[in-house]
Amino acid sequence: MRGILSLAYKLLVNDKAKFSALLVGITFAVFLMIAMTSLFAGVLNRASATVINLGASVWVMDPSVQTVANTIGMPDYVLDATRSIKGVDYAVPVYTGGALVKLTSGAYQAVNVVGLDDTSLFGRPKLIKGKIEDIYAENAFIVVKDTEFPKMGNPGVGVDFELNDHRGVIVGIANVASSGLFGVPTLYTTYERALQYIPNPRFTISYVLIAPKTPAAVAQIKKDVQAMGYLALTKDEFMDKISAFYMFQTGLGMNLLIMTIMSFVVGLSISGQTFYTFVLENLEKFGALKAIGAKSHELIGMILFQASFTALTGYGLGVGLCALVIYVAKLRMPDYAAVITWWNLGIAFVMVIIIAAVSSYVGVRKVLRVQPFDIFRG
Amino acid sequence: MTPEATKTIAIKATGLMKWFGQGEAKTTAVKDVNLETWFGELVYIVGPSGSGKTTLLSVLSGILKPDAGTVTVEGTDIWHLSNDKLADFRLNKIGFVFQDFHLFPRLTTAENVAIPLILRRKSWGEALVEAKKYLEIVGLASRAELPPVKLSGGEQQRVAIARAIVGQPDILILDEPTASLDGDTGHAIVKFVKDNILNEKRCILIVTHDSRITGLATRILKMEDGRLTGWEKGGDQ
Repeated sequence: MRGILSLAYKLLVNDKAKFSALLVGITFAVFLMIAMTSLFAGVLNRASATVINLGASVWVMDPSVQTVANTIGMPDYVLDATRSIKGVDYAVPVYTGGALVKLTSGAYQAVNVVGLDDTSLFGRPKLIKGKIEDIYAENAFIVVKDTEFPKMGNPGVGVDFELNDHRGVIVGIANVASSGLFGVPTLYTTYERALQYIPNPRFTISYVLIAPKTPAAVAQIKKDVQAMGYLALTKDEFMDKISAFYMFQTGLGMNLLIMTIMSFVVGLSISGQTFYTFVLENLEKFGALKAIGAKSHELIGMILFQASFTALTGYGLGVGLCALVIYVAKLRMPDYAAVITWWNLGIAFVMVIIIAAVSSYVGVRKVLRVQPFDIFRG
Repeated sequence: MTPEATKTIAIKATGLMKWFGQGEAKTTAVKDVNLETWFGELVYIVGPSGSGKTTLLSVLSGILKPDAGTVTVEGTDIWHLSNDKLADFRLNKIGFVFQDFHLFPRLTTAENVAIPLILRRKSWGEALVEAKKYLEIVGLASRAELPPVKLSGGEQQRVAIARAIVGQPDILILDEPTASLDGDTGHAIVKFVKDNILNEKRCILIVTHDSRITGLATRILKMEDGRLTGWEKGGDQ
């Protein structure tokens, strides 16, 4: 069979015009599919930036919370009650909220403030400048050096700003795993200072972050939290909830889904049509092979190989092209929120396999129908 | 047909019938044909267009199933073979030279000739070595690496012949071998086949309505309206 597949390969690749057209079609489709889905993955990743960066394994929140940015304050007893649940190793409060800072230049800049538990500083970022204990100093804030950092005027340690008429001072510069979605810089401080600086409603705990004693304890923790009228989610569940919100309750997911389906249809049309033309042009030759003694399953093997080879080559080129474009785009636009995940690659792969299968099916039907006698008759 | 007792029968057809269409559109292309051919023979099937020559050839070579009758090749009733066995039979026993050659324009001449060997599961390396030997036999060794489109009609015909004989088939079938060639080239090709390809272990069937080449045949079978209407000895007898 190897020789026959090699024959199929030669017939395909030596027809440079058709092969190029097939490759361009599939590469373009894969590029679009991955570009669309990676953009969506990037948006979802950024939407969960706080969850990723704080890193707690279980989050307690009001059941009406839809995204990490849309917090609903919880009373202090929730923290105490959570700490009393069997299976909880420790639980700490965290504050997240938006604020407006006045920079030394006089400009105003929206920021996201994260208030970490004063005692443990659980979820603290990794500092690249300054010392974490300086967060306890008067007016201290740590700024995250991400793509939004320049919006704070690229501050160094010691630079001050105003937040609700309070003086703030940068005491450290940190790195985090993921930048936020909304294009605003992030400041870390202590929980108490966050409450002090930012006007708040009666209930102030945004989330209670829990470290369970064992993974097996999570189920019971969730039940007990639910009994209090609140919701406990694991990190992955919370990220899924956020993703579901953006996917199904905003137009974003649907629009990107439509674009992805359109890319698939375009790819299927171009490559299906081109492959069909390729098979049609070679139909007599396949008939001649049949007359000479090729068996039907060998001809099917040849067509499947040709379609699969083209699809996989196009897939590789499409992935490479998309990675290159995202890389270049991120060099030019640091805010560009696209990330290629295994899911993106998997979805595009499945779609490419469908394109190959449909193209082959059309080709196989034609080739199986051709009669060697037709070749004799001319 | 007149049997030749000293020779071995290559193909035997009995009561062959083949029709196309149904009802009023039904056309009988082959009507009650009985024939025998022997190894060492160069047999022509001649007749006007539409007389059923190509249909008969297709039925005899295992390409088109008859509606009635039997075809035995070297004692095997080919139309009782499974599809795969029939494909194997064609691959191993029959060499075809199609009227329009049906060479692959994207392959080199040597690769075209190697195709039957590839279908027999030979490696490309071995198949190409073998193919080049046969290109040498047909006088085209120097054209081995060219695509067929760079060759003249006569040369393409010889490539098709090399492809047909590379598997050393017992039966060689040529469909209108001179149809695309000028008179001299056509005659030269058939003479080449007779002088170089025909031997005591091979039977060659040629369908033609070109009277200029009939002088080279061992026997000429005449066909009209789907029937074999008679035969005569060829010019070499």
